[in-house]
Amino acid sequence: MATAATFEIEYLQYLGPDGRLVRDDLPDFATDGKTLVELFKQMLLVRSFDTKAVALQRTGKLGTYASCLGHEATHVGIGSSMQYDDVFAPSYREYGAQFMRGVKPREVLMYWGGDERGNDFSGPPHDYSWCVPIGTQNLHAAGAALAFKLRGEPRVAVCCVGDGGSSKTDTYAAMNSAGAYTLPFVQCIINNGWAISVPRSAQTGAKTLAQKGLAGGLDCVQVDGNDLIAVRAAMDHALKRARNGHGGSCIEFVTYRLSDHTTADDARRYRGEAEVKAAWEREPFTRLRTFLIGRKEWSETEEAAWKEECNRLADIEVNAYLETKVQPVEAMFDYLYAELPTEYVAQREDAISWEKRS
Amino acid sequence: MSADNAAPITLIEAITQALAYEMRADESVIVLGEDVGVNGGVFRATAGLQATFGDKRVLDTPLDETTIAGLTFGLATQGMKPVAEAQFDGFMYPMVDHIVCHAARIRYRTRGRMSCPMVLRVPWGGGIRAPEHHSEANESIFTNIPGLRVVMPSSPQRAYGLLLAAIRDPDPVIFFEPKRIYRQYKEQVPDDGEALPLDVCYVLRDGADLTLVTWGAQVKETLEAADALAKDGVSCEVIDVATLKPLDFDTIRESVAKTGRCVIVHEAAKTAGFGAEIAARLAEESMYDLVAPVERVTGYDTHIPLFRLEMKYLPSVEKIVAAAKRALAAG
Repeated sequence: MATAATFEIEYLQYLGPDGRLVRDDLPDFATDGKTLVELFKQMLLVRSFDTKAVALQRTGKLGTYASCLGHEATHVGIGSSMQYDDVFAPSYREYGAQFMRGVKPREVLMYWGGDERGNDFSGPPHDYSWCVPIGTQNLHAAGAALAFKLRGEPRVAVCCVGDGGSSKTDTYAAMNSAGAYTLPFVQCIINNGWAISVPRSAQTGAKTLAQKGLAGGLDCVQVDGNDLIAVRAAMDHALKRARNGHGGSCIEFVTYRLSDHTTADDARRYRGEAEVKAAWEREPFTRLRTFLIGRKEWSETEEAAWKEECNRLADIEVNAYLETKVQPVEAMFDYLYAELPTEYVAQREDAISWEKRS
Repeated sequence: MSADNAAPITLIEAITQALAYEMRADESVIVLGEDVGVNGGVFRATAGLQATFGDKRVLDTPLDETTIAGLTFGLATQGMKPVAEAQFDGFMYPMVDHIVCHAARIRYRTRGRMSCPMVLRVPWGGGIRAPEHHSEANESIFTNIPGLRVVMPSSPQRAYGLLLAAIRDPDPVIFFEPKRIYRQYKEQVPDDGEALPLDVCYVLRDGADLTLVTWGAQVKETLEAADALAKDGVSCEVIDVATLKPLDFDTIRESVAKTGRCVIVHEAAKTAGFGAEIAARLAEESMYDLVAPVERVTGYDTHIPLFRLEMKYLPSVEKIVAAAKRALAAG
């Protein structure tokens, strides 16, 4: 039989769930403890923020919120690998990546707390904000990457989508365009097992989600998304490749959504406790903690102190959010166009007049 | 070339002329779409542009409208001024997600941090004996979307000036091109880079007895109807709306204040077509000026038929004259 093409998908993992190395060729950033400790601390900060955000929603002080519980290694690994001039196009729960790019936790809370000013965040002004329609952000990143390529800029566009979003037309279209134009583009598929109530197995018959990039001509790999070292190594490789003009990548990060889909969801309706319990055995913190403590680069004492600091930092952000004043009613007109067309001025005045009456 | 000796050109040639002018003037302007490169577009709107500006300024895309819209948004939000082509009106629906959820919304949702200075050119409307899905009048889908501008020229000069304005505008513009009149007639269009305003209607003919309001390819039939009515001594004011969103209602209101009668002509289906908005505005703001009910001459509330029947669907001179006579007989 003649063969037209053959493909394989590598699985990348350095740290097993027990914190032991499964391969001995550690990437440079992982050989000295400094980088890993900083990233581990960042993961703890994200966890602290996420816990507080859920509590805010439960006490009526925040709207619907999408928790990132369990995704910390993937998110922090992605964010830490990127440069400021690169463009990040998230879906809507990659806070760990965004914090590393300068987005403030208070801005995440503002967005989920019903205030558009959260989207006018402190991160890079060229970064996209949260993208709720599912998957559209991937094509926006491809368009950004096309702009970089046309202008000859050494920048890369990175986008994230979930296992559910990997089914979207836009995701295929983005990877196809990235291949067609050889774009500096990284498609992160964050496979957390569930698209609200629909499991990964019901999304596609494909063995991996990484292989979806093969059809577009991308470099594809599946990564243990709970292994920070593997996440960062895969991202470093994809970014370098893209920056050197060798084109796009598709990386599937296998992790698990330990939380409900959002605070409006109750995952107990559709998934069993045994599965969630097993997932907790693979979560991203234990293995990295074990590894770092084993190398004497981290200790329980340091962690306890840092967690206190995380709580303090998160509280500052929560308080800043809670103290945010509501925007004036005319804000809904003032950013609609560069200049509000005369046609809509009367509606703006009407909105203001109702404010004065109330 | 001065206005005096410019060779007359068609509407489609005026589109090409505007694209070339702005691509020379502004390096961030690029053109993308299906078959826009070597082929120069199925209607020839981008003819010669890739040869002149190269394949980094004129890009053929993979054959996917979602891709075109999504890439265009990405380009526009990262410092480019993309002019995308939707090859036909009936193929643009996969683009709607990116236009509505993103392009129209990005300035608003980011409080001005990001913006989307893109143009989507759409060959629009029926009457060219085309296959199915090539003849849609779908402008009112977009006039209901906040944050967009919706423009439709009806002459070579307005095509040139409005397209320049659309490309220079800092917000997204849906630029419908009435394909039936792409080559209807030629007129001089000086290549002077002068843009037209994006928020005014054009009074094509002054009149005293009746206001005819229309846009796009229907301007042709409407002017012919005005000619026919003039032979009966009826003086019609003819308005080409040209910029549907935002709407310059002042021009329409002032005309109706003078004539007291209004017939709205459009190609799209009647229910919730853009004529309904104009009629509603007349009811709100011009009730006491009207001496006759507002008339609408529109496509039927059916799909536009395949081409053996399509001219029976579209407004005709006779239907417009009949509606005008009803308006004149009332009050």
